[in-house]
Amino acid sequence: MRAAQDTSRLASPPGERRAPSPAAPAAGAAAPRPSRGHRLRGRLTIAAFLLPALLLFGLLVLAPILVAVYTSVFKWNGLRGLPDDFIGTANFERMFADEVFLGDLWRGAVLIVLSLAVQLPFALGVAMLLNQRMRGRAVYRMIFFAPYILSEVITGVLFSMILSPDGGLANLVLGTVGLESDWLSDPSTVMPSLFLVMTWKYFGFHMILYLTGRQGIPHEVTEAAQIDGAGSWQVFRYVTLPLLGPTIRISVFLSVIGAIQLFDLVWVLTGGGPAHSSETMAVTMFQFGFKRYQVGYANAISVVMFAVSLVFALVYQRYVMRRDTEGAITAMRSQR
Amino acid sequence: MSLGRRSAAALVAATLLLGGCGGGGDGEPKAASGSGGKVTVEWWNIGTTEPLKSFLARMATEYQKQHPNVVIKNLPIENEAFKARMTTLNQSGKTPDLFTTWGGGVLKQQVDAGLVKDLSADASSWMGSFTPAALQPYQVDGKTYAIPADIGMVGFWYNKALFAKAGVTEPPATWSAYVDTVKKLKAAGITPIALAGKEKWPGHYYWAYLAMRIGGLAALQQAATDHDFTKPPFVEAGRRLKELADLDPFQKGFLGAAYNTPDGQAALVGNGKAAMELMGQWAPSVENEAGKGLGDDLGFFPFPAVEGGAGKATDAFGGGGGYAIGADAPAEALDFLKFMSEPKNHRDVVASGAVLPVLKGVEDAVKDPNLATVARALSSASGFQLYLDQAYPPAVGQEVNDSVAELIAGKKTPEQVAQAITETAKSE
Repeated sequence: MRAAQDTSRLASPPGERRAPSPAAPAAGAAAPRPSRGHRLRGRLTIAAFLLPALLLFGLLVLAPILVAVYTSVFKWNGLRGLPDDFIGTANFERMFADEVFLGDLWRGAVLIVLSLAVQLPFALGVAMLLNQRMRGRAVYRMIFFAPYILSEVITGVLFSMILSPDGGLANLVLGTVGLESDWLSDPSTVMPSLFLVMTWKYFGFHMILYLTGRQGIPHEVTEAAQIDGAGSWQVFRYVTLPLLGPTIRISVFLSVIGAIQLFDLVWVLTGGGPAHSSETMAVTMFQFGFKRYQVGYANAISVVMFAVSLVFALVYQRYVMRRDTEGAITAMRSQR
Repeated sequence: MSLGRRSAAALVAATLLLGGCGGGGDGEPKAASGSGGKVTVEWWNIGTTEPLKSFLARMATEYQKQHPNVVIKNLPIENEAFKARMTTLNQSGKTPDLFTTWGGGVLKQQVDAGLVKDLSADASSWMGSFTPAALQPYQVDGKTYAIPADIGMVGFWYNKALFAKAGVTEPPATWSAYVDTVKKLKAAGITPIALAGKEKWPGHYYWAYLAMRIGGLAALQQAATDHDFTKPPFVEAGRRLKELADLDPFQKGFLGAAYNTPDGQAALVGNGKAAMELMGQWAPSVENEAGKGLGDDLGFFPFPAVEGGAGKATDAFGGGGGYAIGADAPAEALDFLKFMSEPKNHRDVVASGAVLPVLKGVEDAVKDPNLATVARALSSASGFQLYLDQAYPPAVGQEVNDSVAELIAGKKTPEQVAQAITETAKSE
């Protein structure tokens, strides 16, 4: 309820908002109203503390985004100062007519679906297992988490050796039972292979998230359920899983955003190949920006990537994570 | 639900969201500033393999000894990484003081952006000592923008023992004989050709050479100006390459193979696991570095003639490497280049087998018999064409590489390849 009020207040015209008697009855009215000078000094202090961070943020985050958006409507090779060959939406029209880019969207969707349907449930399962009392539990946790600590490039190099069709470890082992594959070298197996490596690298991270979430659930709750006669599946389904909700929601969020922006791993493992069959949006963007010197077009791709991430993030936060983040931003004022 | 946890969630969300448009530049700011009376020349090169690596390091040391006020900052960077870093730096409007260039389309873009120094006047006194073919890639609109350091050509490097085992007595001189050779090798259970499919540029050599043999040098030069790659020689080149690819002549999993990794193209030939590769004059040294090397079993033959084609078998396709100087570089950069190009020093690096001669009258310094063959083929070449991915603007060059890779992977027809390259060329 309070969130709704805050939104309406932000939406009202600035002049009205500055007025000394604003329509903010919820939090402000109860507290004694500070004097005008006092409040001004308070605001100055806030501004002074915010300024350095805001400057950096503006310079390193906002400015590049704006430049990317601006240059995305030009034909530009990135050299010779600012672009001057304005071509309107031609870059975007070209993008949505390009099989490779449309393929990027499709492959991104496939990776997201696989992550949510396979990787996260797997991580959840392992987390539940490692939450049991068992010998060497800390060691297992560490081993499963270790791949996440490796850099993506190291992971890529490691797996390009393991999955090498000729003399790689995978074929050496699987060859003994006749299950050899060309892995990353065959357009039809490259995506599953890539997903395998992604899962190896990231499931440990999600496992740790779930483990932490699981340990935040008080024993009393599960015990109460057991006393009421719930079996272990029922405890998991009706007690643990709902209480893990916030953790699962953030884990899904991280997973989706990660899949949209996937670059390093693909770049090292396959370079997007064979024949674009493992290319992602970020790889396509790099190809055009750094190999073809078509920086305007590459920026148009980055704008679409940004828009996709932004829309997903906003919609997801508004409809899925609402309960988890509600009041997070406005809580400061309500405490004042 | 505590305040901390909620804020943290929002913060994480916000951070991720803002990361949405990644891929910024990391152009390292650098300046050729004279600090403490010393002049620093930052030098980016791709000399990461021996014997070139130690030669370049020695040049820097010797020059510094003679000129105590100069610091040569020698930065050898691996080829692919070099190109990516250079692009980033260029886009921030900078270049190193001294850097490797292959000439052609990329150099032209750098020249157009005012990033490179025109050397025509400053180096005129000693420019005449280079062979014309070596200088050609660096000449834009009648001006010279780099000093050559290496020149070479692409041809087949083959394993004599494996050829003999398959019953091939002499290297093929025509395309049909070449196809026969591939068939014989396959029949003998030998992988005929090693190819780095992941890196794309090695594949473009086949298409470019075929187009050159079928249409002649004139066809390639014509296409550079009228941007039309749909003419018969280019489509025909695609068809011949597809015929070859349909024989399945490449190693298992070649589509994912790199060039100089331990399981890559060079290593396969160097370890005797594949019979040949189509590669430039540096092939033997990379074969030795990534694999065991073939020693006396290694041989070289030029790309065969195509029956009925307009191109001559003596037309050479290749390129070299040279050094360009940044627009704001100190004068010492050029002086250092002059030092490296002195006949005595060039003779040393040629004798080491790292490069082929770019100076007139140094041909006799080539010791390795295979490299001597290349040097002879080059000096007697009836014509010369720079690598297509260097000669044309970068977008066109990359489209050639990409499309040909798709042709080899069976994802594009010869006609589609010609069409895709034409579209890119027309839009540039």
